[in-house]
Amino acid sequence: MTTVQKAQVTPGNAGEKWVPICPYDDLIPERGAAALVRGRQVALFRAFDGRLFAVGNRDPFSGAYVISRGITGTRGDEPVVATPMHKQVFSLVTGVCLDDPATAVPTYPIRVTNGTVEVSVE
Amino acid sequence: MRIVVAGYGPAAHRLVETLADRGFDGTITVLGEEPRAAYDRVALTSYLSGPPGTGGEALAYPAPSGPVAVRLGDRVASIDRARRTVTTEAGHDEPYDVLVLATGSAPFVPPVPGAGRAFVYRTIEDLDAIREASAHATSGVVVGGGLLGLEAADALRGLGLSTHVVEMGGWLMPRQVDEGGGAVLRGHVERLGLVVHTGTGLDRIEDDRVILADGTVIDAGVVVFSAGVRPRDELARRAGLPVGERGGVVVDEGMRTADPAIYAVGECALVGGMVYGLVGPCFTMAEVAADRMLGGSAQFTGADLSAKLKLLGVDVASFGQLSGALDVTYMDPVGGVYKKLFISDDARTLLGGICVGDATPYSLLRPLVGRELTAQPSELLFAGTGSAAVAGADFPDDAQVCSCNNVTKGRISAAIAELGLTDVAGVKKCTRAGTSCGSCVPALVSILASEGVAPGKAPCEHFDHSRAELFDIVRVRGITTFSRLVGEHGRGRGCDVCKPVVASILASLNGGHVLEGERAALQDTNDHFLANIQKNGTYSVVPRIPGGEITPEKLIVIGEVARDFGLYTKITGGQRIDLFGARVEELPKIWKRLVDAGFESGHAYGKALRTVKSCVGSTWCRYGVQDAVGMAIALELRYRGLRSPHKIKAAVSGCARECAEARSKDFGLIATENGWNLYVGGNGGFRPRHADLLASDLSDDELIRAVDRFLMFYIRTADRLQRTAAWVQDIGLDYLRDVIVGDSLGICADLDAGMERHVGGYFDEWRATVEDPEKLRRFVSFVNAPGTPDPSIVFETERDQIKPVLMEVTRR
Repeated sequence: MTTVQKAQVTPGNAGEKWVPICPYDDLIPERGAAALVRGRQVALFRAFDGRLFAVGNRDPFSGAYVISRGITGTRGDEPVVATPMHKQVFSLVTGVCLDDPATAVPTYPIRVTNGTVEVSVE
Repeated sequence: MRIVVAGYGPAAHRLVETLADRGFDGTITVLGEEPRAAYDRVALTSYLSGPPGTGGEALAYPAPSGPVAVRLGDRVASIDRARRTVTTEAGHDEPYDVLVLATGSAPFVPPVPGAGRAFVYRTIEDLDAIREASAHATSGVVVGGGLLGLEAADALRGLGLSTHVVEMGGWLMPRQVDEGGGAVLRGHVERLGLVVHTGTGLDRIEDDRVILADGTVIDAGVVVFSAGVRPRDELARRAGLPVGERGGVVVDEGMRTADPAIYAVGECALVGGMVYGLVGPCFTMAEVAADRMLGGSAQFTGADLSAKLKLLGVDVASFGQLSGALDVTYMDPVGGVYKKLFISDDARTLLGGICVGDATPYSLLRPLVGRELTAQPSELLFAGTGSAAVAGADFPDDAQVCSCNNVTKGRISAAIAELGLTDVAGVKKCTRAGTSCGSCVPALVSILASEGVAPGKAPCEHFDHSRAELFDIVRVRGITTFSRLVGEHGRGRGCDVCKPVVASILASLNGGHVLEGERAALQDTNDHFLANIQKNGTYSVVPRIPGGEITPEKLIVIGEVARDFGLYTKITGGQRIDLFGARVEELPKIWKRLVDAGFESGHAYGKALRTVKSCVGSTWCRYGVQDAVGMAIALELRYRGLRSPHKIKAAVSGCARECAEARSKDFGLIATENGWNLYVGGNGGFRPRHADLLASDLSDDELIRAVDRFLMFYIRTADRLQRTAAWVQDIGLDYLRDVIVGDSLGICADLDAGMERHVGGYFDEWRATVEDPEKLRRFVSFVNAPGTPDPSIVFETERDQIKPVLMEVTRR
């Protein structure tokens, strides 16, 4: 992709469960992106195998909205992201912090419809 | 057997308790002067913070478990040694087989005019009286700046009085700390609003004021004496028992007086020529006496006067002896920290130490008193604060290794043994040690090693190789992607530990842009956004100013950029200007402005060369002997963008006065009449280290060649996050000199070629980002609302600039 191409989407209309976010191709493999979905900040991740994950963008340890900027990877078989602040690691599947299981970020359903990534925060 | 105890303070209580615990089957009678049973005098100050009239129940010791007759509010007035009977003030006779004097001590009241108006600070009744007087006063004076005096001052402060402390000695707590420690302590105390007078005593007390010996007049509604105590030995004196010249009932090491039927314990006893005022030794005396009464042969052979306490919120600790042939001191007047260790004259044995403001080393070092030093004394000063200087095997089990989560060595060792832990990640997961600030991780590695677990060199679970081994694998096999490396030589899909390591190796060997293709996914957030993340998720931008030299025009541009984007602006320690508070979508716009004005942004982040600091050198300075600025600029431009195992800092000083502080850098140059002296392996930070002299009197060309090789050899062989200081210590300075000066490994041509590739391949990564629409895509706060700034980022104003509004944090 050589041009700046943004999906023609709005931050979401009340009443629809699935909110369109952006074209799937806009997500960089193995990195995150933040989205504003009905007032909530959601961190979207495209894993190396193409799977998508959506978790809360707020790092519960620092209070900053930065989870989408963390490095992704695996711990065992679990896909994970490390918060860029102090590097605590969260499961992308369950949202639970693997370094401190009493702490977690919320998780949200995510899917692709006709090439567009959609998230539900219901 | 009938035991009678005269006095009912902590020592008496411990004696009765010990006798009961050990099954004593005679009768015990305690005769106490105070109207209440023994209580915890150490916690006396906490009594004042409770509501009045509670009677101090919270301080009371638990009642003795055995049958004990207690008679309160009636002190022993005389001893008839012939009849073995004591008589109380009220006229009550009590016969004994064994008598124990536990009469404690009395506060010393100096004989000054007006002393009758003053209070003392020893009993609950004293505190009740102080509280009552304080209700009608606005100011107070405590005479005595020792441990108890500061406690009393804290109490007055808590009662709302404007409080002064008067200490006759030259500084506060003269018995526990030395002059330097006293000065730091004074800083803490004064910050709390207390006024401290040292080196002067009290002349007299008048109505509502006191006059010091130096003429100072202080308003004082309440005056409290806390100028030491005197043993209460008058009963023994009247009974004809020997007492010390300066007071105290003389006892032997079994706590027995000259009369075999009479013991003395606690603060009234003089044992081995010493009177003890700390509760610990007094308890020991009580236990020794109890053992003797039960037929044992315990001895009191002196006591450890080590103490760690929190006074007015300040950690104060001292241990072992407070003098020695040698000492090392760490002093941070800004942070209010003072630490000093005393060492034997052969520099091999730890004798004692003092800590003010940070008592972290106390629990680790106190048990090591009298033992051979396990590390450089200067490193021991930071024991327990994350330094690995004290080896894990040397830690006592009760040493607090992780202070954030209060995890002890014993708990970590137990977890390693019981759960079969093999790495730091496992220790973190199972004990929570090292999961907060992470500064104790080196200690965790050391403990793992001491428990027989050889710490692997692998950075994480995805590879079995050290950074240096991965470097060779990538180089020899010509690997250019993380996917191939982890697929062929690792497992899983990487993590925040190994990905940046591999990104650094790929950058060193292949050059190219940090955000190119798959490489983008390997970068830490700072490298990914080419700026420094701050606590609220914004970034700071630090334009490169090589050598710290800048034209007025460029300085104005920085000011204009900061003003136009509303950035907090601060001068850095590396002779640059840091612009804070930029949101991700603003970063490319800021870089564009800088690029257009002839700047590039700079690496104030990342594992890369940071700055080359310099003094003004021979161009302007009348002492300078070489052009320090010119050399610093040349070096910064040569090595900018160089990726490495850890950050690299450098400096150039134009003469031996060393104004650029070059010896605190990874590599530092100090000019000589004949050229340059090159120092390597220094750093500031958590464990400061001076750089060592690698080569002398080098010409410009020789110098650059030597630095080229030093850096390339470091990049190829150091461990992840190993600064040059630790690396040079690991491989040894002589070996390093052999390799890069004598070419003992025959690799210098290869090192030189590697650096030439770097220098030739350098480009401005910020400009390249601004000019590439593909790379610009990631610089938005929200992928689905590119025009919307992050609403969680909020600022307020302080000293005319922005500062982040702190967000609510649930943990940490």
